[in-house]
Amino acid sequence: MPVAVALWGVAALFGAAVLAVAMQPTRVSGRLIYLVSLAVSLVTMAVSGMQLLDGAGTASALQLPVGLPWIGARFRMDALSAFFLLLANLGAAGASLFAIGYGAHEQTPGRVLPFYPAFLGAMNLVVLADDAFSFLVAWEFMSLSSWALVMAHHRDPDNRSAGFIYIVMASFGTLTLLLAFGLLAGAAGGYAFADIRAAGQALPGLVVILVLIGAGSKAGLVPLHVWLPLAHPAAPSHVSALMSGVMTKVAVYGFVRIVFDLVGPPSWWWSILVIALAGITCVLGVLSALMQHDLKRLLAYHTVENIGIIFIGLGLALAFSAHGMQAPAALALTAALFHAFNHCVFKSLLFFGAGAVLVATGKRDMEHLGGLIHRMPVTAFAFLTGCIAISALPPLNGFVSEWLTFQAILLSPALPSWGLKIIVPAVGAMLALSAALAAACFVKAFGVTFLGRPRTPVAAQAQEVDRASLAAMLAFALICLLAGILPGLCIDALAPVTQSLLGAHMPVQAALPWLSIVPIAESRSSYNGLLVFVFIALATLLAVEVIHRFASRAVRRGPAWDCGYPDADPATQYTADSFAQPIRRVFGETVFKASERVDMPAPGDRRPARLTVIVRDLVWEAFYAPVSAFVSLAAERLNRLQFLTIRQYLTLVFAALVTLLLVVSLWP
Amino acid sequence: MALIRDLALQGAQMVLVLVLAPLLLGFTRKVKARLLRRRGPPVLQPYRDLLRLIRKEAVIADNASWLFRSGPYLIFAATWVAAALVPTFATGLTFSWAADLIAITALIGSARFFLALVGMDIGTSFGGIGASREMMFASLAEPAMIMIVFTVALVAGSTQLSNVATYMLDYASLRVSLGLALVALIIVAMAENARIPVDNPATHLELTMVHEAMVLEYSGRHLAMIELAAAVKLLLYVSLIACIFFPWGLAHADAGPAALGLGAATYAAKLLVGGFLLVLFETSIAKMRVFRVPDFLGVALMLGLLGTLLLFVSRSF
Repeated sequence: MPVAVALWGVAALFGAAVLAVAMQPTRVSGRLIYLVSLAVSLVTMAVSGMQLLDGAGTASALQLPVGLPWIGARFRMDALSAFFLLLANLGAAGASLFAIGYGAHEQTPGRVLPFYPAFLGAMNLVVLADDAFSFLVAWEFMSLSSWALVMAHHRDPDNRSAGFIYIVMASFGTLTLLLAFGLLAGAAGGYAFADIRAAGQALPGLVVILVLIGAGSKAGLVPLHVWLPLAHPAAPSHVSALMSGVMTKVAVYGFVRIVFDLVGPPSWWWSILVIALAGITCVLGVLSALMQHDLKRLLAYHTVENIGIIFIGLGLALAFSAHGMQAPAALALTAALFHAFNHCVFKSLLFFGAGAVLVATGKRDMEHLGGLIHRMPVTAFAFLTGCIAISALPPLNGFVSEWLTFQAILLSPALPSWGLKIIVPAVGAMLALSAALAAACFVKAFGVTFLGRPRTPVAAQAQEVDRASLAAMLAFALICLLAGILPGLCIDALAPVTQSLLGAHMPVQAALPWLSIVPIAESRSSYNGLLVFVFIALATLLAVEVIHRFASRAVRRGPAWDCGYPDADPATQYTADSFAQPIRRVFGETVFKASERVDMPAPGDRRPARLTVIVRDLVWEAFYAPVSAFVSLAAERLNRLQFLTIRQYLTLVFAALVTLLLVVSLWP
Repeated sequence: MALIRDLALQGAQMVLVLVLAPLLLGFTRKVKARLLRRRGPPVLQPYRDLLRLIRKEAVIADNASWLFRSGPYLIFAATWVAAALVPTFATGLTFSWAADLIAITALIGSARFFLALVGMDIGTSFGGIGASREMMFASLAEPAMIMIVFTVALVAGSTQLSNVATYMLDYASLRVSLGLALVALIIVAMAENARIPVDNPATHLELTMVHEAMVLEYSGRHLAMIELAAAVKLLLYVSLIACIFFPWGLAHADAGPAALGLGAATYAAKLLVGGFLLVLFETSIAKMRVFRVPDFLGVALMLGLLGTLLLFVSRSF
């Protein structure tokens, strides 16, 4: 029984967490914990993969006699759970493999080892849960264990404030989910998902808004994303990979489970809300990423962007489904889920790369790196693969899912509602813009970190990382390529998921000649990643062969030309900030109110010239700063209550009692 | 037998774009020189330049990485594959379904991604400035291109170029949205090929240069690959405009040799006209400052968006 195996896996992970508390945090115990996590993840991955491929739409369920007395704890693995379980455990397996090497460099293993397997187990439980109580407990446990991991390096004040913002946002998100489930369960209080499905919903729109806030804050939808670029980079790199690659997908799972499965038939205005937020999320995420020079924070902002892409697909699926167009809805949902899978793979890969750079140099700031391609060739190769994939360039996987999303957008003129007709093309433009900006951002990330000349001595002395880390990176790079050139297989694997949620699935792709993908009809659009890859490979080989056979092979090494004025100082290279300057000038003045101040000393004055760039976070200023100011003010005012005399306290208590009694007596 | 014929036609197209690309470049240079009342280099000069570059040794900076040496081949391959997928003289070639217009756009994006990366490899300020500006232009040109694709696809009901061309041949009519898309595509083509209002293909040692700054460190056979890729890219955009908006004369792959010959002849004529108009436009306009270019490309993006929006509102625009 797949669900039993998965639950035993969770039990093993929790056992490993307890074991990690009991053991001395040494290098050996760290390896043991990560090996156990790796093994459990692989087993769960295999089980969920089999359930997804062979399950044929059946679900495997189990009820445990724990939890609330009248419902117990129910767990179930249907196609949707199986897909997300596969995704989560793929990410977890990669992170564990990476951590076998990376964990040895951890300064405070005692603060990481117990929480890491617990975090994995909690994410699995969220996906497996089949009643509201287990779901919320697992969700909260996932938040808390990841919070503990964010706080692993708590001596850094930045990390402490990141942890604080994270826990506040996570609690807020759980609160809205709690309210959403309260509404879903209704007055009868049927907390099992089966009961919720059976009962009709009184206020489905409100539930969707609450879930959008609750799951959206965990996934990183604008304007609820503010914690994400702070918290994800603060954690150790393999945990960053898990938080960005997997935990945001668990949040997507929560959204899909509730909105597509539990709430019932959708209304079209939900989709406008989702699509509009998703479009803004895309563009704001990638533009914010472009402004960063901390490698891990840049990657975290890109998670925000990719969550936007996933939610565009989900929103389109809702729109089509609300108008009874199930086949296009299946295409949009497949695009979203496929992008969730792809993002899990390449974002984990990129965070592994950032972790490897961190191990080799001790730096996260790109302005201190450079030239690492010479010292860390394998890491550079894997990181480059991830960069190509996330920039949505063929023939890798990121392109295929964005291509599917574009195909879904091209079907949307058939939607009858006018709001959607106006907003969908605009969001299509935003998606295209964010794809192009992502390419710019990853030219910057790879170019500044790995290319050029080393900017600091540590970058010049970097050493390639250990084999386990390299294996994890190369394995994920290979998955990026395979999912890119064999997308038909991935689409077919998603068919049971869309079938169970929408009652339709995309046409079967495996039977098509040459493994190409045809989302709707051959006359409309088709793409063949395999052929594109083979063509590029053949054309490259042909060019190399012809050139080397018929042309000069001679190579002479010399100093750089640079138009005759090469400067030996590596500080004369383009930096991350200078690379982003043109884009900041084009977009930043509106989006970030970016401004530059140049302080140029007069001729003869020997103090250095200074350029100050001010980039403002308008989301924080608009939504969070007022709240935070109000809380501080209220706390300040209420502080007086702490310094009253005993008589005043007694008066207060008495007054409160009288007021409450009055309220009770006057209540109709 | 049919398969061999199909493959031969596809191969002919691949060879054709490769062979014609330097010729188109030479033609534009010649016309430009004549318009400026210079005599200009011979039309075949680009071939001679390529041969000369190939025979020379490659001088590479001391700190160049493997990416620097393999980059030119990847850039060339991606551009070549993209160009070979655009119908030139015939539609419905064997592999025309392997990638649609969105994929072709993304393939050009891949080539540009590597070009910008190799520009940063040596760690010179020229390479950085070129890469950074190229990506800034691309961040507007690529969405504009996608919007153009949307407009065309919504009109023709397909993103496959072969089907688009066939549709345009059979049901061609004057449409507002297609007019907007054509203007937008011309703007994008100017920017993508580093032509004059955006970049100047004939300069060196100027801070406004973008494309030339990225490839400054290249020499010998590597430079030849990059120059050839640039020529192929120019041909690609002319073919793309011809195939979508002026598909007359395009033969179907199953047609007889006469139709195919006619297709090839009209294609050559379209290239000549396209190259001439390009140069005419170039010589009549001054180069823009770098930060005027986003406005120029923004126009393309807005036109593309407007075309798409009109088609979302009503299919008859």
